[in-house]
Amino acid sequence: MSQQTVDIATAGLRLTSTRLRRAISPVGDRAFLATVTGAAWLVLLVVAGLFVVLLIASLPAIKTVPISSIVSTAWDPTNGKYGVLSFVFGTLVTSAIALAIAGPIGVACALYLAELASRRLAGPLGMLVELLAAVPSVVYGLWGLFVLAPIMRTMVEPFLNKTLGFLPLFQGPFYGVGMLAGGVLLSIMVLPTVAAISRDVFLAVPNEQREAMLALGATKWEVLAKAVLPYARSGVIGALVLALGRALGEAMAVVMVIGNKPAIAASLFAPGYTMASVLANEFTEATGSQYVAMLIEIGLLLFVVSLVVNVIARTLVWGVASGSRSRAR
Amino acid sequence: MRIRPLVLSAVAVAAVALIALFGTAIVRADAQLVGAGSSFDYPFFSRAFYQYSQVHTDVSVDYQSIGSGAGIQQFTAKTVDFGASDVPMNSKELAAANASNGAVVQVPVALGGVVIAYNVPGAPANLHLTPDALVAIFEGKISNWNDKALAALNPGSNLPNLPIVTVHRADGSGTTYIFTDYLSRVSSAWNSSVGTSKTVSWPAAAASLGAKGNEGVAGQVRNNPGAIGYVELAYALENGMTYAAIQNKSGRFVSPTLDSVRAAAAQKPNVNPTDFSIVDQQGASSYPICGYSWVMLWKTQPDAGRGHALVDLFNWVVSSGQTYAKNVHYVPLPSNVQNGARQALATIH
Repeated sequence: MSQQTVDIATAGLRLTSTRLRRAISPVGDRAFLATVTGAAWLVLLVVAGLFVVLLIASLPAIKTVPISSIVSTAWDPTNGKYGVLSFVFGTLVTSAIALAIAGPIGVACALYLAELASRRLAGPLGMLVELLAAVPSVVYGLWGLFVLAPIMRTMVEPFLNKTLGFLPLFQGPFYGVGMLAGGVLLSIMVLPTVAAISRDVFLAVPNEQREAMLALGATKWEVLAKAVLPYARSGVIGALVLALGRALGEAMAVVMVIGNKPAIAASLFAPGYTMASVLANEFTEATGSQYVAMLIEIGLLLFVVSLVVNVIARTLVWGVASGSRSRAR
Repeated sequence: MRIRPLVLSAVAVAAVALIALFGTAIVRADAQLVGAGSSFDYPFFSRAFYQYSQVHTDVSVDYQSIGSGAGIQQFTAKTVDFGASDVPMNSKELAAANASNGAVVQVPVALGGVVIAYNVPGAPANLHLTPDALVAIFEGKISNWNDKALAALNPGSNLPNLPIVTVHRADGSGTTYIFTDYLSRVSSAWNSSVGTSKTVSWPAAAASLGAKGNEGVAGQVRNNPGAIGYVELAYALENGMTYAAIQNKSGRFVSPTLDSVRAAAAQKPNVNPTDFSIVDQQGASSYPICGYSWVMLWKTQPDAGRGHALVDLFNWVVSSGQTYAKNVHYVPLPSNVQNGARQALATIH
């Protein structure tokens, strides 16, 4: 950013903070300002409060369970073993699969809806995609258990085993349920998020950008690749981050198709376990303060993992966005 | 006269508020009892409580099927009038409850069995399994259906070359407790390595899947050829599942039926909250994997009216209410157990 821009920005900030308060005299405006500021602070307080409450409730486990026990895959609460590595692994792998599938498909879908579809088709099709987001998670879980898992077991997994079986990722027995099924189900669930937000971002790209490229003699594909996509990059990454957030925390759908086995395996066909699933399965029946506190600690861990992933993604966005803007100048 | 919109909306809001605050008092029954706990009891309770409310119109009962452990917790926290669990409270839970509101009375209210369901194309119905074979399957030592040990138990059956997949409950469950109680009793190795609990760490050597709820286990067993899992008797009968005949302590292979569960229960007439296990009973017709389900009540009821209503309700549930058990594939409590339950209920004041 040029020095001039920085000067204007800081001057504006100073203006907003002190002079604005003095400048606004009508009571209504002041009340509105107070309400809006209060709402913003309320959100911050809720998030901070959530973190603090989770921390306090998991203290019995943090104090009594040694780190060596937590950083292991042995999950046996009856005998005091609380290894969470398999849950973290499962969460990250299923979310990665979900994003790897839903990311490209969602962006391609959005590109089609925003740029290439005829106006008559774009409306209903866009509505259908957004409808996917309205389906409750539990319904996805049931559909996954009774429709997706058999398809995975009889068609998809044998096919992957035959063609890509040299990779350890696609070896081993197939049960239908497992990491791959969980990842695929999650990808269907986050697809509408990616598609809907990306479509809005593409529609927001100013027409001047497209027209300028066309004026230079670009083809339709070159307009999309060189004018629309780079301009919309930060927005699309934001959409992917939101989708990742949903995938990390999804419990009810994943619990039905993940196989619920606390173990780390090299194969994607193997059953696994995610942090949200173990909470969904074991929280209601957990007895004993250490067990319950350990489950809350897993909730805290999920909170922290989501936060860290979000921060990393946002940093990437800022880096990419400011980089692209300075390059565009 | 035109009523101003503001006045009209204010009147509407006030009316809604009044109805919300006091309307419940108009329609509420004189005693509204709340309970929570075991999901095993839920089908039986929902039928029995409905019937009770038809006859005793001043009482309505609300039961939340949230799981045995959660039921005990809510009961101890006094958010519900009674808790229901497939396993009576252990010493830690009892200590917490005693600290909360004094002594607890635990009463058996339902009786059920755990069925071993399997999905093996080409296998006979009512596959014969010994306790050792069952333990070996769930430990992973027997990993294929064409294993010689299984063929020896089922001569003449053509068990296919199919890997075994065991299915267990991923959520904490009383069914798991009863099943692991049985396995611990018939195998000291299982007892020391895995143990008995509502949630256990299943042996890693076995190819095992976890599923949520009886429906989840049944679904996994149905969808995976070569799968074997454990479900509640009521559920298996309702869904027409193929299940195994287990060899009981007397050496006979017994199929799980209402009669065989009842025979097992009759072998142990005096069950109480500290000595409640009825797995692996003697008797030629006893099914070896059964268990009671229990209800927790405070010995000293905080509210006399509700206390009376509760005692009346459960006196009915353990006596006349048991006739509704058969319709939902539960075994009615044996008469001596009913007597014991009524005696325990009589100590509540």
